[in-house]
Amino acid sequence: MVLESLWTVKELFVYPNEYIYWAIQIVMYPFMTGLVAGAFVLSSLYHLFGIKPLKEIARFALVFSFALLMVAPLPLLLHLVQPERSLYIGLTPHFTSAIAAFGVVLFVYGSVVAAELWFLFRKHLVEVSIELKSKTNKSLAEKIKYVVHVILTLGAMDISNAGLKLDAKAIKVLAGVGVPIACFLHGYAGFIFGSVKANALWMTPLMPVIFIMSAIVSGVALCMLVYIIIMEIKIFMASRKNDSTALPTLKEMKSEEISTVQTSVKYLIFFMIFAISLELLDQVFRGYTAVKSWDILRNVIYGTDFINIFLLQYLVGNLVPVILLLLPGLKIHRLIPALLLVLFGVFMMRWNVVIGGQSFSLTFSGYMNYQMPIIPHSMETFKEGLGGALLIAVLPFILFWILNKIFPVLQTKGPD
Amino acid sequence: MHVLRPLFVVLALAAIILIARSIWIPSDFGIHERGYTYGWYRQSNIEEWKNFTVKYRGREFCEACHAAQVQKLASAKHKNIECENCHGPALSHPADPLKLDLDRSRELCLRCHARLLYPNSQRSQIKGINPDQHNPGLECVLCHNPHEASKPH
Amino acid sequence: MVKGLDGIFRPPDVLAQTSPRRFVFLVDTYKCIGCGFCVKACKLENEIPFDAGVSRTWVERYVVNGEGEVFADTPKEARYGFTTGRIDLGRGKFKDIPQEKIKKAFFVPKLCNQCEKPSCVQVCPVGATYQNADGVVLVDRKWCIGCGYCIMACPYGMRFFHPVHHVADKCNFCYHRINQGLRPACVQACPTGARLIGNIKDPGDPVEKIIRTQQVAVHKPEYGTKPQVYYIGLGEEVR
Repeated sequence: MVLESLWTVKELFVYPNEYIYWAIQIVMYPFMTGLVAGAFVLSSLYHLFGIKPLKEIARFALVFSFALLMVAPLPLLLHLVQPERSLYIGLTPHFTSAIAAFGVVLFVYGSVVAAELWFLFRKHLVEVSIELKSKTNKSLAEKIKYVVHVILTLGAMDISNAGLKLDAKAIKVLAGVGVPIACFLHGYAGFIFGSVKANALWMTPLMPVIFIMSAIVSGVALCMLVYIIIMEIKIFMASRKNDSTALPTLKEMKSEEISTVQTSVKYLIFFMIFAISLELLDQVFRGYTAVKSWDILRNVIYGTDFINIFLLQYLVGNLVPVILLLLPGLKIHRLIPALLLVLFGVFMMRWNVVIGGQSFSLTFSGYMNYQMPIIPHSMETFKEGLGGALLIAVLPFILFWILNKIFPVLQTKGPD
Repeated sequence: MHVLRPLFVVLALAAIILIARSIWIPSDFGIHERGYTYGWYRQSNIEEWKNFTVKYRGREFCEACHAAQVQKLASAKHKNIECENCHGPALSHPADPLKLDLDRSRELCLRCHARLLYPNSQRSQIKGINPDQHNPGLECVLCHNPHEASKPH
Repeated sequence: MVKGLDGIFRPPDVLAQTSPRRFVFLVDTYKCIGCGFCVKACKLENEIPFDAGVSRTWVERYVVNGEGEVFADTPKEARYGFTTGRIDLGRGKFKDIPQEKIKKAFFVPKLCNQCEKPSCVQVCPVGATYQNADGVVLVDRKWCIGCGYCIMACPYGMRFFHPVHHVADKCNFCYHRINQGLRPACVQACPTGARLIGNIKDPGDPVEKIIRTQQVAVHKPEYGTKPQVYYIGLGEEVR
């Protein structure tokens, strides 16, 4: 029994071995790495370019980027038919394959983000270690917390101004070095598709650039969204307590939120326009040059996938949120749905590339329809179905909550 | 100078990974005849494929014991059809299997003898029938002898 | 590994150590009668589950009417051959073409082209698929991680996941047979000689002679993979 036949319906003339082999998890993977790259670029807009209104969201975005990064390999593990062999990519990498870059890029990028986080939170780690060291009767949780924090300080206990200045310099360097690496992290994912000459929809040199641009869009949008939700919760709780000892005042919080958000929106719209321009350029070129594959691609783009591409991705996922964001008098209430639509639009872009590219046969005379398993009947239909997708979507938030216990972004105002 | 400490951690991790690799990579994995792009593989896999079991032995193998049938078939219209196409792969017959699983089904004969007048294919030159009209559901071998491939007896 | 480094820095030296054999295949679509014995033999020889909707080889049917409309199908990858004139359109639909309307009709056997520049090998991230000195592209079942990139990269749709071994699989010209001088299972099973295997480096090889002297064609040359399955009678409607 061919597993992929569970979710593939063939129509007209299709080669026997053709099925939808790259399903929902391969849609989720570039979506997740896109969020990783985008969150990092947002963070670097402050740490590298010093765009002041983005200071608070920058720390938050970096931690979230790390949480997303830890989840990013999971869609691949769920997709692989032999996941226990996934380490072979590290053992015998074949670098003529874009996928082989994954191991190296993940390691390098992970190191950069981890290092930047370390410099950003070193003062906090040292302060917690010192505080817990002097405490005599530690509970078990506190003992664990102490050990974790001491190890993470790596013995660098100097939190004088000179020491912190070095930290700030290192952060700037890492933010600078990290931006091209983040672009590579997602650019290579675009290259994975764009370099497949056998697939008429994927094969275009624009693919890596389109992926990077839409990655930044998704990363900025997600960080903004989560930041807004957290700020709104904090504002709500502060307004109920009327306690101004630990947290900044209600007024400060609100004005900080608005200023952060307004600046972020500008960058978001810029990257959205860049991304959609590239996509439209690709469409125009295809229609104009009308190569051999154009007949079947036209049937897919303007026929079977019309709703997915033009209505869901371009209209609901791009045009509507841009209008919502550009209308004057931008308030938080309008932002949340706009950002959700942006994320939806980027998700649909991944879907339309991955699934769309498998919607037509190599014969150019047949079609395949993808029916994602909704209710899992087996491990396979869970992994490559709605269940698996939701698991990937939810995990970064859980990991972020855990990471927040070591790298707190929700409470303290840290150094630059 | 604590700034370099994360770098040391990363280098230590990289060293561990490199050491682990030297243990776990199969020793015969490398660049072989066709260069890195096309010849990056584990050499011993070639032997594994060379040792894959042969199932179909071919007419000469059958002839060694069943010479009479093979020679009789040599003058029949079905002379170009391999014995194993209908009788199944010989494997290590007669050791294993003792008897071959002969396919007597109607569907087997229809592969060639369902009449299809295709102008550009030799198929049109094969005598055939319309399966829906000619004794539908019955095994062809009830009337036709495949080894003599002549009109029904 | 030193030999490996040679491969990076001095490719011409490596290429010079070539094998005396380069396997190639010849298909004659005029001779193919669509019996499908090749598909059956391939599945049994290579342990591909007979009822699974995948195969290392298959046969396609092309029927063209007077208006130039092309109808093509490959019912169950032709494992039972072609026993009816009704074209399988998928989703339970069929097309009956009256005999008098058929202007052109033929069968096209397909199998892995063992390309000279295999795009499937290029994209394998772990070196589980490769090309040996004889030109045959093989899959290392113990090393394949099942990412499916090779399946996506083949322009000819030759690859699939083996339903039992759960790794990538494809036709390898029955390497275990040709290595000992036997013919591939499909070549042996073919009753009309529509399928032939040869060695393009052997001037005495009959297949080599046909390829060098007759007007033969390869499938989808535009992908630049340099396929090594040659066709006699490859009509322009062949997909």
